[in-house]
Amino acid sequence: MTNSIEELNLQNWHLERDAQQIAWLSLDCANSSTNTLSSAVIIELARVINALEKNRPSALIIHSGKDAGFIAGADIEEFTKLSDGSAVRVLVQRCWDLFNRIAGLPFPTLALIRGHCMGGGLELALACRYRIAVDEPATRMALPEVMLGIVPGWGGMLRLPRLIGPAAALDMMLTGKQIDAKRGKKMGLVDECVPPRVMKNAARMLVLSGQAAHKLSLMQTLLCGPLKAIVANAARKQVAGKASPEHYPAPYAVIDTWKNFGGNSLAVPAGHPSSFEYILQQGTAANLVRVFFLQQRLKALGKSENPSDFAPRHVHVIGAGTMGGDIAAWCVLRGMTVSLQDQTTERIAPAIGRAAEAFSKKFRGDRKAARFALDRLIADPRGDGVRQADVIIEAIFENLDAKHALFQDIESRARPDALLASNTSSLKLEDIAQALKRPDRLVGIHFFNPVAMMPLVEVVAGQSSDPAQVQRAISFVHKLDKLPLPVKSAPGFLVNAVLGPYLLEAMRCVEEGISAATVDAAASRFGMPMGPIELADTVGLDIAMAAGKALTGSDDAPPQLLALVSAGKLGKKSGAGYYTWLEGKAIKARVYDIPEGLTQRLIKPLLTATQRCIAVGVVDDPDLADAGIIFGTGFSPWTGGPMNYMAQKGNPA
Amino acid sequence: MMAFKPVYIVDGARSPFLKAKNAPGPFSASDIATITGRALLARQPFSPEQLDEVILGCASPSPDEVNIGRVVSLRMGCGNKVPGWTVMRNCASGMQALDSAITNIQAGRSQLVLAGGVDALSRAPLLFSDAMVRWLSRWYAAKGLGQRLGVLMQFKLGYLAPVIGIVKGLTDPVAGLMMGQTAENIAWRFGITRETMDAFSVRSHQRVAAAQDAGYFDEEIVPLINEKGTPYSADDGVRRDSSMPNLAKLKPFFDRKYGAITPGNSSQITDGATWLVLASEEAINAHGLKPIGKIVDSQWAGLAPEQMGLGPVHAVTPILQRNNLGLNDLDAWEINEAFAAQVIGCLSAWKDETYCREQLDLNGALGALEESRLNVDGGAVALGHPVGASGARIVLHLLHILRRTNGKRGIASICIGGGQGGAMLVEAL
Repeated sequence: MTNSIEELNLQNWHLERDAQQIAWLSLDCANSSTNTLSSAVIIELARVINALEKNRPSALIIHSGKDAGFIAGADIEEFTKLSDGSAVRVLVQRCWDLFNRIAGLPFPTLALIRGHCMGGGLELALACRYRIAVDEPATRMALPEVMLGIVPGWGGMLRLPRLIGPAAALDMMLTGKQIDAKRGKKMGLVDECVPPRVMKNAARMLVLSGQAAHKLSLMQTLLCGPLKAIVANAARKQVAGKASPEHYPAPYAVIDTWKNFGGNSLAVPAGHPSSFEYILQQGTAANLVRVFFLQQRLKALGKSENPSDFAPRHVHVIGAGTMGGDIAAWCVLRGMTVSLQDQTTERIAPAIGRAAEAFSKKFRGDRKAARFALDRLIADPRGDGVRQADVIIEAIFENLDAKHALFQDIESRARPDALLASNTSSLKLEDIAQALKRPDRLVGIHFFNPVAMMPLVEVVAGQSSDPAQVQRAISFVHKLDKLPLPVKSAPGFLVNAVLGPYLLEAMRCVEEGISAATVDAAASRFGMPMGPIELADTVGLDIAMAAGKALTGSDDAPPQLLALVSAGKLGKKSGAGYYTWLEGKAIKARVYDIPEGLTQRLIKPLLTATQRCIAVGVVDDPDLADAGIIFGTGFSPWTGGPMNYMAQKGNPA
Repeated sequence: MMAFKPVYIVDGARSPFLKAKNAPGPFSASDIATITGRALLARQPFSPEQLDEVILGCASPSPDEVNIGRVVSLRMGCGNKVPGWTVMRNCASGMQALDSAITNIQAGRSQLVLAGGVDALSRAPLLFSDAMVRWLSRWYAAKGLGQRLGVLMQFKLGYLAPVIGIVKGLTDPVAGLMMGQTAENIAWRFGITRETMDAFSVRSHQRVAAAQDAGYFDEEIVPLINEKGTPYSADDGVRRDSSMPNLAKLKPFFDRKYGAITPGNSSQITDGATWLVLASEEAINAHGLKPIGKIVDSQWAGLAPEQMGLGPVHAVTPILQRNNLGLNDLDAWEINEAFAAQVIGCLSAWKDETYCREQLDLNGALGALEESRLNVDGGAVALGHPVGASGARIVLHLLHILRRTNGKRGIASICIGGGQGGAMLVEAL
């Protein structure tokens, strides 16, 4: 046997047999810190399976040889190089067949899942008879293919519905949501959820147990068979509320392939709207893959070459309003200690209450975990934390005199190596920095509301900002698990500078008599996550108006906006704005007809503003602009970003 | 007698003292200690991991946090490597924590210690009675329906009557007296009248109110905020409407009907925490700390449990003798107000020639302590007495008084259930 293992000449897999004749197969991809299922890895796996079929072990356990993660999924770089539908068909066929062979092996098989287990990695695990998930926060299982505009074609659509029932399976495949170990055990995705100390023993015992593979209940079996249509219709309705088939064909293809093609995408004829050929030709997949790589690029900006140089542990936040409080809570969740300062304890208290609620939700009733997080959040009405903090973030109201006084005080008390940042969105960083003896210390770290939901943070370099401080800020944002976007100091930076003209145009449309709901519907049809008028109401009309003034330097505002603000109708927060708000939801009239060209009219100012921002150097290149606008505004990801959209559509701006 | 090597007080903080309102309070003991300690540590120039140890006094930790000192140390972010422990000397648990820190610093075993005390008396448990526990053990041992029915038949409704943990804790297990009854003993011995006690109590409330208005507690109080976002910024036991007629309405609680000790002239049942950062001279230099004072002597003493309220007399007298000090040579005094009768009793004992001769081996009466030096910002009658925290609170507050009044030396002393007293001599810097 030893000989035959060596003859396999494995670069990525390691195969060992223990005394009980269990084959332990570990994946440790060469030259990479992450396991992915590249062609080379798949071809080697096929060789291993061949060998095991010839010389049968008592059982097979597949696990990871990496410190972090089971398998991240297919190799996306490799995928992007595939030229056409037929090349993809070959790749899918190879894995589909291989995973079917693994599912049919005459000895028991088990996937020991520790860390991320995504896409093809989960499909491989699904082909095994048993799955064990190691109960650690990093253990996450998902089929996120639709987020790249493709479908889980290596058996996911076949096996997942049979394992956990079609509704739960479609939910996972249509949203890409990540399932942790405990939840996985609950929903039947894995057979056991165990702590790492017993994982190997558990794998050994379960794989040799002879226990039947997990079976569905009668009801779920019916839903997988004769009652399929009910589930499929419900799923289609759910998707239709979020993504149109025109822009996002993949989720519809998942439902269709499961319902009509037995979960086998190879059975879908080329040219059918659920086929690879159609999906890839349609273009969204390439754009979503582009978005994925843009995200990787922003992440890479924050990865320091020298990881020891900036590791902030204590963050001091001044201003316990919505923004400051939420920034503080987010930093706490990322493991940092935060002192939160405001003028009085009473002003800080609501932020602590909000954080406690958020932590309790985040840790799903794990009271100890939530309490440990809350222990790291210190109410600091006297500002004592300034002296010890590694990072100091100012998030008070937008008043230059107040900020001057504050930063003078901060500079006199802060450690000389502390990073000083302002979260200002409407004041000039250079003006704020004037208060400092060393103005080069100040950078902008501009978060978006709601902090917990928005992935992007703009890192603003003022004219005099020290590049080293800017890099530290970028690194800090990365450590917060946010995407840092380096921008130059200019009114509105990038995100607000492109959102402003877009919102203004939308308000002009309303002035002209088009209903707010119609305007919003036109934007939603384009794939915007929220219509511009609803967005303005959500941000607060007073804030939107102030931002508009700061952006344009003019007091001109649409008359309706002025009227609403002076009447105290500020949007969601006051229960009325352009819309009437009830229980946090805008009440919208039904829209029957969207005027021709309205969508393009709304989008155009945003596209123009994007070009202008690139021209004046707010961001360094068009890709960064696309990344910032997608992750900062939710701009329709299927487009691959405004600049990409213009390039593909022949510049409608 | 070995020379007492001074130990420095770098900083200190306490929570607001929150009066128990016949229901579990908004914070557990470890919550209060953690929130208070985190804020104190956040303003130090050293990191919490640089502490050598954390010592917390607590008279009634909850059953799931028996070594509450370690729990709180971890929650405050001191890290796995900083040892944490809990000390218990009833009402002087917090002072014991300071003294344990002093001992370790003097012995060279520690340089930088966070020490203090906490109790959340509002969360004192209700316990099953012994009879109920015995019945339950029979129930669990019973097998089969027949046996179980048999045990069930033996059940008596009276078994369900709970034992109130706090009443147990505040009853002397040797003398069998409630703490308030020991105070009645002292009142009887020195002829202290109900009116004297009530007048003392009204003054305590007035002094706390005045100190609050002057902002004298601001420097030491760290606000608490609960998970609902409700802030607690100030001591809430003080009654600004306290008056002789109001206090006169209250009924004697401990010796019912015929006694003189009422809830109004006793300390309140309260939740709270106090922390001090103590350091050796080496640590002061190593971290560039600016100490606010030092502890230059300490003393523990024992006496009859039935007279526990006179504990301060026995603990303080040796300190005065060792340091050649008279009662009024000190600029300020803090004697914890467990009961008005007991503080007044201490002053009476020092004035009483017989007591000084028989109990303190003195040649005559020690003298009269000027009351203008004593508890100038009020005490536990108005602020409350979160048992474990009080001993540390009076040391911290004494230092703040000395610094505010340009005083130099002061003594903080506390009586201890079970018949003990503790005292510390401090100097402001």
